[in-house]
Amino acid sequence: MDGGAAFVDAFFKPALIARYAPEIVSGVGQTILIASTIVLTGLVLGVTLALIRSLRLPIATVMIVIFADVLRAVPPLVFVLLVYFGLPNVGVTLSAFAVLWLVLSLVLAAFVEEIVWAGITSVAKGQWDAARSTGLNFATTLRDVILPQALRLSIPPLTSRTIAITKNTALGSVIGVPEILNQATSAVSFSGNATPLMMGAIAYVVLFLPVVIFGRWVETRFAWRRA
Amino acid sequence: MTTDQPILEVRGLQKQYGRHVALAGIDLKIAAGELVFVIGPSGSGKSTLLRCLNRLEEPDHGQILFEGQDMSGKKNDLNLLRQRVGMVFQAFNLYPHLTALGNVTLAVRKVLRKSREAADAIGLAALRQVGLVEKAGSYPNELSGGQQQRVGIARALALEPKVVLFDEPTSALDPELVRSVLEVMRDLKRAGMTMVVVSHEMKFAREAADRVIFMAEGAIVEQGPPEEIFSHAREPRTRAFLSQVGA
Amino acid sequence: MHALVDQFFNVAIMAQAMPIMLRGLGWTLVLCAVAVPCSFLAGVLIAVLGTVRFAPVRWLMVIYVDLLRSIPPLVLLILVAAALPFAGIRLSPFAAVLLALTLNASSFYGEIVRAGIESIGTGQWHAARSTGLSYAQSLVHVILPQALRNVLPDLASNTLEVIKLTALASVVSFQELLYSADMARSVTYNSSPITLAALIYLIFLWPLVRLIGRLEHGVKA
Repeated sequence: MDGGAAFVDAFFKPALIARYAPEIVSGVGQTILIASTIVLTGLVLGVTLALIRSLRLPIATVMIVIFADVLRAVPPLVFVLLVYFGLPNVGVTLSAFAVLWLVLSLVLAAFVEEIVWAGITSVAKGQWDAARSTGLNFATTLRDVILPQALRLSIPPLTSRTIAITKNTALGSVIGVPEILNQATSAVSFSGNATPLMMGAIAYVVLFLPVVIFGRWVETRFAWRRA
Repeated sequence: MTTDQPILEVRGLQKQYGRHVALAGIDLKIAAGELVFVIGPSGSGKSTLLRCLNRLEEPDHGQILFEGQDMSGKKNDLNLLRQRVGMVFQAFNLYPHLTALGNVTLAVRKVLRKSREAADAIGLAALRQVGLVEKAGSYPNELSGGQQQRVGIARALALEPKVVLFDEPTSALDPELVRSVLEVMRDLKRAGMTMVVVSHEMKFAREAADRVIFMAEGAIVEQGPPEEIFSHAREPRTRAFLSQVGA
Repeated sequence: MHALVDQFFNVAIMAQAMPIMLRGLGWTLVLCAVAVPCSFLAGVLIAVLGTVRFAPVRWLMVIYVDLLRSIPPLVLLILVAAALPFAGIRLSPFAAVLLALTLNASSFYGEIVRAGIESIGTGQWHAARSTGLSYAQSLVHVILPQALRNVLPDLASNTLEVIKLTALASVVSFQELLYSADMARSVTYNSSPITLAALIYLIFLWPLVRLIGRLEHGVKA
């Protein structure tokens, strides 16, 4: 066997591609499912926290800041292990899927809260003055004047952060969520061949490359706002 | 100028920032239809006074009376006072994400609770009043500074206020754009609008104001008709200030 | 409540796990000390190559950056650790982690530095070249210093991410902080060592989180 054939045999073996394609495809489905639930939960929770923070209630603010700092400072895998292995011992059993969803949603919410809050505070004070001088109340000012501008400022960092967190769904393989990486690694250990792993890697590229390119477009589209 | 009750009155207004006294007890009556010009060195409390008049700034002590009714204190509907006392800002403070018409109609829809159609009609009328009806669909960054400030004025007018406060409305503008804004203010004066103006446009004050107030260190030093203040000021501080600004 | 404290904040178990976890912390620090500069320098190189006049090189850099940004770091690590051996390349766990981290982080640093270089107007290039500086001299002495300063918050924020990524090394049995903590957990059937690991990460990284917040606000003002 020459080098090329050996390479194909180890990394792209046609028989194994056919054998494990269904597993990888089901992994893709799981990854998309969990990524979209995380994005939805994280964005909603993060924006809500930023809005609560804008009320400037001292106790709520301190709690939100602590939450955001802790979840941004500690690697997500630490929380995944903590929740997945720790909670059953105190009588709370969550599925691996639920653990991954919970942890990554909270991490995303922490970043979203900080990004949106930064957006809110960077809207010029004169905008509040103008809105209040025409009799708009706090809630209307926030919703119709401040938030549209704050979110617009926040779109590039929100996009890149959301992409980064959804890629973390691969952490699910550590606790057995049947997403792409998990399917690929177990297929590698069954088949003793790197082909399923290459399939998994390619699946990620197919899934995330368009998202990354979209993120790059968003960066340039909204870049003029940041200067 | 009239014996009627003043449209806006403040009594004993005080405001302090830390140890800095911004307003040291101001008493002031403004009659309906009057154009009051407030001048003075920077830091004299002019802008703070103006911002207290519609309670963008909360005074520490004192009363604000609108048509004889006390508007100070927590119980009062702030937003009602603000509907009746409009404000125009030095930096325009237009909403960058809304068109000129959107800027003008937002409060009409949300505060006066008009339908979109009714609000648009009111907004277009206000834009017509400042000569910008053809710019209704433009965003602030597509307008010149003078045009932006006129949209700012239209935004205040759309709520049909009884009084409009102008906080240095032309000082962020290039000289050639100032005229169009002053023109709009002159029209408003002719239409009988009550206006309180903080500005350095002394020439405009001389020809359009009914009364000029000179403030320093948080207090009213001297006030009177423009002719009297500009040509026969009694107080040395007033004279020094006026010669400094070349009026 | 007592069960919760016992399971997550058991001081006796934490004390017992401390020595092995401190050794793990040492390896985490070594990994950071090598991976951060390596991936940063690689990122600067990628960004600079992204500005050259020869178009194919620029395209290659874009492909490198986008491809590596679309593969989750853990997938990259498993590829390096589990797939390379099939090609006859066997790396030590440390080398595998370092390679995977550098591939991943350099693409992010590269993208950030590229944005920084693009934020510098052509006027600076013209000024530098007009005084006789070469392309490389202009880059090193005029463009890069300004470019890096303009993107300092993003650089700091990516550095935080790289440091947190070192925890992935536990998955391929490299004995850094999280691996040590997980070992202790599996021996004691108690999650307190993981809590301790979280606290240690927090002690080291919380100041960086605060610093990033201040940098982001400072640049805006």
